[in-house]
Amino acid sequence: MPSLNAQTKHPVTITLNDGTRTGHASPRMLLSDFLRHELGAHGTKVGCEHGVCGACTIRLDGVAARACLTLAVQADGRRVDTVEGLAPDGRMTTLQDAFNRHHALQCGFCTAGILMSLSDYLERVPKPTETELRDMLSGHLCRCTGYAGIVRAVMDVTGQASGNADAKDASGRKEPGHV
Amino acid sequence: MKPAPFDYLRAASAEEALAALAEHGDEARILAGGQSLMPMLNMRLLQPRIIVDVSAIAELGKIDARDGHLAVGASVTQSGLMASSDLATRSPLLAGALPWVGHFQTRNRGTVCGSVAHADPSAEIPLCLVALEGEVVLRSARRRRTVVAETFFIGPLTTLRKPDEMIEAVRFRLPKPGAGHAFREVAMRHGDFAITACAAVVDADRIRLAVGGVGDRPVARNWPILKGDALDDALNAFAWELGGDDDQHATARYRRDLVRRVGRLVIEEARSCQA
Amino acid sequence: MTALTKAPSELAPAAAAPVSAALIGQPIPRLEDAAILTGQARYTDDLPIKPGTLHAAILRSPHAHAEILGIDVQAARAMKGVAAVVTGEDAKRFAAPFLVGVRAPMEHWCLAVDRVRYPGEPVAVVLADDRYLAEDALDRIEVRYRPLPVVMSIDQALSGDGEPLHPAVGSNIVNTRPFGYGDVNAAFEAAEHRISTTVQYPRNSCTPMECFVVMADYDQADGAYEVLSNFSGPFAIHPVMAKALKVPGSKLRLKLPPNSGGSFGNKQAVFPYIVIMGVCARVAGRPVKWVEDRLEHLMAATSATARRTDLEAAVSGDGRILGLRMEQTDDVGAYLRAPEPASLYRNHGNLTGAYRIPALDVVNRLAVTNKTPTGLNRGFGGGQLYFAIERLMHRIAVTLGLDPLDVIRRNLVPAAEMPYTTASGGILDSGDFLAAVEAATTDGGLDELKARRDKARAEGRLYGIGYAAIVEPSISNMGYITTVLTADERRKAGPKNGAQASATVSVDPTGGVTVTVASAPQGQGHRTVLSQVVAEVFGLRLGDIAVNTEFDTAKDAWSIAAGNYSSRFAGAVAGTAHIAATRLRDKLAKLAASQLNVTPEDIRFAGGRVFAAGNPDNSLSFSRVAAAGHWSPGTLADGTEAALRETAFWTPPPLKAPTEADIINSSACYGFVFDICAVEIDPVTAQVRIDKYVTMHDAGRILNPLMVEGQILGAFAHAVGTALYEEYAYGSDGRFLSGTFADYLVPTACEVPVPVMLHRESPSPFTPLGAKGVGEGNSMSTPVCIANAVADALGMDISTLPLTPARIAALIEKPEVARPASLDAAPPKAPAIAGGRGLQGEGTRTVPASPEQVWAILLDPKELAALLPGCDALDLAGPNAYRAEVVVGIGPVRARYLAEVELTDLDPPRALTLSGRGSSALGFGEGSGHVTLEATADGTRVVYRYDAAVGGKVAAVGGRMLDSATRMLIGQFFDRLIARAGGPAAVETSPSLLTRLLRLLGLRP
Ligand SMILES: Cc1cc2nc3c(=O)[nH]c(=O)nc-3n(C[C@@H](O)[C@H](O)[C@H](O)COP(=O)(O)OP(=O)(O)OC[C@H]3O[C@@H](n4cnc5c(N)ncnc54)[C@H](O)[C@@H]3O)c2cc1C
Ligand code: FES
Ligand code: FES
Repeated sequence: MPSLNAQTKHPVTITLNDGTRTGHASPRMLLSDFLRHELGAHGTKVGCEHGVCGACTIRLDGVAARACLTLAVQADGRRVDTVEGLAPDGRMTTLQDAFNRHHALQCGFCTAGILMSLSDYLERVPKPTETELRDMLSGHLCRCTGYAGIVRAVMDVTGQASGNADAKDASGRKEPGHV
Repeated sequence: MKPAPFDYLRAASAEEALAALAEHGDEARILAGGQSLMPMLNMRLLQPRIIVDVSAIAELGKIDARDGHLAVGASVTQSGLMASSDLATRSPLLAGALPWVGHFQTRNRGTVCGSVAHADPSAEIPLCLVALEGEVVLRSARRRRTVVAETFFIGPLTTLRKPDEMIEAVRFRLPKPGAGHAFREVAMRHGDFAITACAAVVDADRIRLAVGGVGDRPVARNWPILKGDALDDALNAFAWELGGDDDQHATARYRRDLVRRVGRLVIEEARSCQA
Repeated sequence: MTALTKAPSELAPAAAAPVSAALIGQPIPRLEDAAILTGQARYTDDLPIKPGTLHAAILRSPHAHAEILGIDVQAARAMKGVAAVVTGEDAKRFAAPFLVGVRAPMEHWCLAVDRVRYPGEPVAVVLADDRYLAEDALDRIEVRYRPLPVVMSIDQALSGDGEPLHPAVGSNIVNTRPFGYGDVNAAFEAAEHRISTTVQYPRNSCTPMECFVVMADYDQADGAYEVLSNFSGPFAIHPVMAKALKVPGSKLRLKLPPNSGGSFGNKQAVFPYIVIMGVCARVAGRPVKWVEDRLEHLMAATSATARRTDLEAAVSGDGRILGLRMEQTDDVGAYLRAPEPASLYRNHGNLTGAYRIPALDVVNRLAVTNKTPTGLNRGFGGGQLYFAIERLMHRIAVTLGLDPLDVIRRNLVPAAEMPYTTASGGILDSGDFLAAVEAATTDGGLDELKARRDKARAEGRLYGIGYAAIVEPSISNMGYITTVLTADERRKAGPKNGAQASATVSVDPTGGVTVTVASAPQGQGHRTVLSQVVAEVFGLRLGDIAVNTEFDTAKDAWSIAAGNYSSRFAGAVAGTAHIAATRLRDKLAKLAASQLNVTPEDIRFAGGRVFAAGNPDNSLSFSRVAAAGHWSPGTLADGTEAALRETAFWTPPPLKAPTEADIINSSACYGFVFDICAVEIDPVTAQVRIDKYVTMHDAGRILNPLMVEGQILGAFAHAVGTALYEEYAYGSDGRFLSGTFADYLVPTACEVPVPVMLHRESPSPFTPLGAKGVGEGNSMSTPVCIANAVADALGMDISTLPLTPARIAALIEKPEVARPASLDAAPPKAPAIAGGRGLQGEGTRTVPASPEQVWAILLDPKELAALLPGCDALDLAGPNAYRAEVVVGIGPVRARYLAEVELTDLDPPRALTLSGRGSSALGFGEGSGHVTLEATADGTRVVYRYDAAVGGKVAAVGGRMLDSATRMLIGQFFDRLIARAGGPAAVETSPSLLTRLLRLLGLRP
């Protein structure tokens, strides 16, 4: 295969959440920019562009990955899943519902990335312990929630906490994650 | 924070990648998992003329246990190695250390060879490679050579790799029967690069301790089976030889203390899990 | 104690009878979540841009302090896709310096003029067709700087030596204000003990996940700016921006987006960029868009003030504080940027915290340093204040051998004295602090923690318990900042006070209700809480209320206090919406009354119906009543106004301007927070583990417990970062070191435990709904509570944050085990303080040639060029002075530096100094090395000692490896010298020598 020239924009075709989309990108264009500004899929957020914050996490061929550390041309011919594809028929998934019930988001800037990581992770580890879950979540920064609601929501959907786990006990009973 | 322009080649085979390296030399950069290279490109810390993407080369995706070594090809991701069969018996040290490499999301893409090529002085995989007396298989369009890990790393982000060479594979020595392994690291946060990381391999007549994060590359020492004060003295001398620097997160003194204390802990742990 | 969360079934409104269950106070999950969870929510960078929009990239100073000698933008301007390059010259043409909050001759321009004063200060802007091209052009702008000495700490500013940042001010202490309240001297004479402490609070920031975004356009015909930005308020900054753009406020139309990715106060600091982009749009004649990147944000957006506090307390035998002397010095960075000195004055009314301290002397100082200007940051000023006060309480207990909790108890303001006026004028509005403390100790399980501590200590482990009791101010008095002015200056400037909030509620022809408030939500659940409040007033369902969170200064009601900061939402904004809704409801009641033939007082609203109190069957649908004003205004009874829209403004009654005696009630209400923290410290790593955290809040009436707990958890997470991880680090040479999220350490899910949250509700008498702020308390209480626990565990004093393992280790470590004599020689000397200096080192090499031969090599430009990394040739620039282009590389990292190299202090063939400086797109580097040559049997012993400084991007993102990289580069220089002098063959004949040499340089084990 010949190399793609830096100065030209090349067609890039991806399977984006079950639909085929084509846009144009020069080799240096980041997948995060391609999704957001070339294809208009704004659900994926950008918080650092150096791989630490996790806001841009998408699934590339099913695997959770940083869109800001991926070139658009690398995704050509591959499958990309983003937050927009989680609830295609407009009905939220149980995980999305649990995020709402457990107040797992505030500003919501980190949320899309976290949901995408979880959608890969929970397929591989359907019932993570809280320690395992927090370990996985360490690949995301959330400045608003202190992660408590996120952890509760996941423990809830994996059937590891009661449905009203957010009814915290004022006497300090040990809830998941309580110290 | 956007990269400077570059050409891009998605190499379909090792030959294609090596031909590009031969043509462009120092102006080319291999892109594997991108978990270290892409942040540097985004920050424009380097501006290569061409990016040679090796992540999709199927022939480089093998993990083989052969000739006393576990060989890991250039496109094998850190997650891939973690999920490979029998890692805990084929390499208990790697099995213990890989979960410390970044995060679930970065391990999904980051490669084992890429981490070795990147040669961050605090990185876990280079440390394990040194601890396990591993080798780096370098290949150019013209030849293939094997370099002992301990001499491969020569400074921060600096290795013996020549511009036209690709790391084709890295080879970790398989455990000797009866050897014990242990790994520990101290980092500021979960998933951060280590302030100090220690890997120990103990067998019947030798203690081998490798330390990352203190010197400008992973460094190992061998001792006979030392105990008590003698071990402390050896660790102290090692700590001083490594020296260490102050940075915004930790002092050199703290790093040396970790070599003394965590070094001792991993040696004891490795000893206790000797078969 | 309130049970905060009820089962959802209890919430369901009864369907049959027109009765609405109360909505206010219910744990209603957020209405805004669905859009976010499905990726539909729009943030600023997601919104459409105008056709022809240019994308901006900002060139920033790599220097902490330097004179700008010249800027050459020719090459950048000529690049493909570049429309314009904007510099300080354009700022001078189209803008004015920002207004400053104190009387001191300091000029702060949106783009640097003549001087840069902090690393990352904006110097020029490239406007191009896309961001990639704009960044390409940045690399082509050449700026010549003359570096100036730097001021990097409060103590350095206080000491008076050092170059003044603002020469016209003459000092780096730009303001000093003494205050006296009560007879402090008498208190000290009467007291049995004097107990003092000095603490230093670090620079840190809440770093919202979304960075700044500005889209700006300039209408040439109207001379008006239109801006869309994720600015958070306070809108008191709107006039500051308008003045800087030299237009009346009406010509600066500012719009806010429907969603914002967090602020925590930080988004206030986007305002200088609004001005920059305004200027850019005007220069380019096209709309412009700028999206801040993370490196820019960490380096140059904003920061909490660093503060040095000196406290001395007059204390009675049983631990009561009779009087307090306090000196506070805030490091505000290079410029006093609006709304500073907010951080220093925001707590002026509650300087004595939750305690009854009758006499207080204060000296407040503002120090400028070569660091990023400071600003609002969750809990602003409170973390700094309480770090000092609560450390003092702990210290009093330790000094007097008392239980720290008893010292807190004895000093708390008693419930009977509420509302209590503090010495400096704060009116603590409600609460029973002592009861809250008792409840927290019981329900939080303090006894068990004490038992754990006893057990741990018996086993020789390091376990400690800490406390903090604070008042959490909310709804800032717009007059508090004027306390920095003298009474005389205030008289001239006119009184400032109050905190206007505004809200508009309207009904449409179908009976839909829309709410607009002058706030800028960043995730606090405005839509949900406003829907609750307004739906309850009208007896409607939550879904019947539309809350419009966009905002437009040209169309919506606002005043200077508007915005989302200082915990105004629950107390002021939601309350004002309640007032507006109630007024509209009363009008609707009049309309309905005439149709139902009852008096307006008898009209009730519930279940979507409007009905007579005594006879619910006599009713109309809400939409019918609401429609009347739209469809049939002609049929309204005489004198009845149509009920279409109500705008309410409300300011909290107790907020007056500072008095002649500087008495100021700085906030409308004060919540109470009491925390207990238990920690254990790992003896091997010195890492702190939080074993348990209990936080008790009394934030007045709770409007939605889910949101309240969300706010507490969020502030707690920030505070864990403040206490243990986060700091904006600088080298003493001015270089900024925390440029990435791998260097600025935001805690992850593995670092933040879940605290036990307890609540009491003492409604505020001063807010419409009795609610107070709750989102900042833990940012104020938790850092010091953790510090107190660590102090207790170690039995030592803690005087600064963050408590990193290396810092704790330094407190507890014994003298280091000596370096064994068997090791050949000391490695290059390690510096003494982390981050506290330039890059220094020394080394020795043996070169296989005579000193004369080595000397000849060093003085021959051709030879010297060959020794320098990546240097082709040296151009003579003067005697022994050269200019060159060098490419410096560490591994794959490469930068092309335009360098000047000079040889001085020549003492042939014994010694010389080799110095150089250069700059590149990655920043600058400079250094000098003193080299001595000494003849030995093997040739020449070369001893060198260097001192280098590196600034800009490389330092900001590569701090971890700067030392070893510098060492390696210098090593390469001498490797080449050895090769040059003796040839590689000569070296290879003595491999043992080479190995030893390399080992000396740390290059080989
Ligand atoms: C948030 C975050 C946290 C991280 N934490 C850690 C951590 O704790 N520990 C750690 O060790 N790492 C950490 N990393 C980096 C790690 O994830 C990278 O995977 C690794 O350093 C590089 O591997 P890569 O495959 O991504 O290589 P790339 O980024 O693609 O390449 C890295 C460098 O190696 C070169 N290269 C790659 N492959 C080859 C090859 N086969 N032959 C020759 N040259 C090659 C490239 O040209 C480049 O210079 C972290 C990264 C991120 C984003
Ligand atoms: S934006 Fe990709 S990880 Fe932060
Ligand atoms: S919800 Fe705001 S960053 Fe996570």
